[in-house]
Amino acid sequence: MTAIQTVRLDRSWWGRHGGTATVWSLRALLVVALLVVWELTAERWFDITFTSKPSDIWTRLVQWHQDGTLWSNTWITVQEVVYGFLLGAAAGALTGFVLASARAFYQVLDPFIMALYAIPKVALAPLFIVWFGIGMSMKVLLAAATVFFLVFLNVAAGVREVDRGLIDAVRLMGGGRRDILVKVVVPSSMTGLLTGLKVAIPYALIGAVIGELVASNRGLGYLINDAAAQFDTAGVFATLVVLSVIAALLNLVVGLLDRRASRWKPLGEER
Amino acid sequence: MSDTVTSETVIEVSGLGKQFVKDAVGIVALRDFDLTIAQGSFVTVLGRSGCGKSTMLNLLAGLTTPTSGTVSYRGRPVAGPRTEVGYLTQSDTLMPWRSVHKNVELPLEIAGVPAQRRTEHAAELIGKVGLEGFERHYPRELSGGMRRRVSLARMLAGDPETLLMDEPFGALDAQLRGELQAELLRLWADGGQTVVFVTHDIEEALLLGDRVVVLGPVGRIVLDRPIDLPRPRDADELRIDPEFVALHRELTAALREGAR
Ligand SMILES: Nc1ncnc2c1ncn2[C@@H]1O[C@H](COP(=O)(O)OP(=O)(O)O)[C@@H](O)[C@H]1O
Ligand SMILES: [Mg+2]
Repeated sequence: MTAIQTVRLDRSWWGRHGGTATVWSLRALLVVALLVVWELTAERWFDITFTSKPSDIWTRLVQWHQDGTLWSNTWITVQEVVYGFLLGAAAGALTGFVLASARAFYQVLDPFIMALYAIPKVALAPLFIVWFGIGMSMKVLLAAATVFFLVFLNVAAGVREVDRGLIDAVRLMGGGRRDILVKVVVPSSMTGLLTGLKVAIPYALIGAVIGELVASNRGLGYLINDAAAQFDTAGVFATLVVLSVIAALLNLVVGLLDRRASRWKPLGEER
Repeated sequence: MSDTVTSETVIEVSGLGKQFVKDAVGIVALRDFDLTIAQGSFVTVLGRSGCGKSTMLNLLAGLTTPTSGTVSYRGRPVAGPRTEVGYLTQSDTLMPWRSVHKNVELPLEIAGVPAQRRTEHAAELIGKVGLEGFERHYPRELSGGMRRRVSLARMLAGDPETLLMDEPFGALDAQLRGELQAELLRLWADGGQTVVFVTHDIEEALLLGDRVVVLGPVGRIVLDRPIDLPRPRDADELRIDPEFVALHRELTAALREGAR
């Protein structure tokens, strides 16, 4: 019968990583070019009060770094994102599992869940302020609210779309309800869970920052509000830089989750 | 059925009917079906697609419940799937998130076999179906034929005494089908299992079976006869054997008659 056939590939470093290296250098070049153009044209073409310029933003970052403003506020926001994400994800996964397993019950609740899901989560901010004050818990819950729905819906879909044939296969092996749950339902909804986690990560950041923008006295959202109120555009941009760095790091985590999730997937589903 | 000395009945089906509900109409898939399977026999069930073969096997396996009639296994009514019966379904049901090895191990895992023994047994079965070196591959990384072989190994891992097989080699190339048919016959000769093998291929039915049952629409039995061709049967030699040719003609006629 067919034996496994492997072929040794002699590929140099450049052969393997050349493409990636080129893309990254072009990206870096683009950023540098943009910064240079911005810096040079800032004072001539634009009003610096509105657009600031890279060197000012850098100065602000260094200054905030020295007086600790940057780290204390970043730390607050990061905490809100992480707690909000964990809380929302845990609650969403658990609820998704339980509700989707109770098919009839889920059918009854479905329209209500979708209605709640459709509410813009910012609209909940005032209510959360009344309930929890303007401290960290309000932002955590705002982040968690969005994450919850994304994880919940994906897990529930995963559980409901379990292949009937796989359940039958376990039944044929003499498996009971517990085996079906452990060997089929949980692993097959794992893709749904990972997809949910993946799409929810950026929303945790959005939720936390919006919460801070609405009402707070700490965090990166507060820093933006505060800087903008004083017409300190360099401060606003400096905070945006920090936020994009956080977003990029979160995307890195997403990428890792993605790779983990797609190992066994049918080839057609890969992109 | 009076073929061998040990013709103890394993499966007995009487008055079996299955109806599916679709919107306002009932789809009759099987009607008034009777069948008796003797222990150790290799029965091939031949029929065109849509005549209720898979429906019948699902009922024999206890995966679905009949609308009417009864299925009994060794004299006891079948209420659900049982581990003595292995069922190779028409579609693949390998767990896509488990490697080949882990898939083959699954029945043993469910039976509570200790890890060490599980690994050894699975490795042995994977070797038997010719998939050494693919233990760590995932189903999606395998060809259709290889997936079939994994399914076969997985079914054998449960050590069933009765095998139900639903067009198991239907989608494979002739070469591979021949290899797997030979492998199945070897397994059957060694293990003495009872086999119910569903196919739509006349040649396959004749090559494998002790007895062939030809089904018409809704599982009406058009023909039920023993096949006395001497074993081991070789596909190439059989094709020019006059007895085989006569049988082939008879089954073709039966299939055509059944379609009417
Ligand atoms: N789950 C189902 N729902 C509705 N109709 C079905 C279902 N399963 C099978 N049928 C119908 O029953 C008939 C027999 O199907 P099947 O047993 O799969 O045939 P075969 O395996 O011989 O090709 C077909 O007409 C098919 O459409
Ligand atoms: Mg079928």
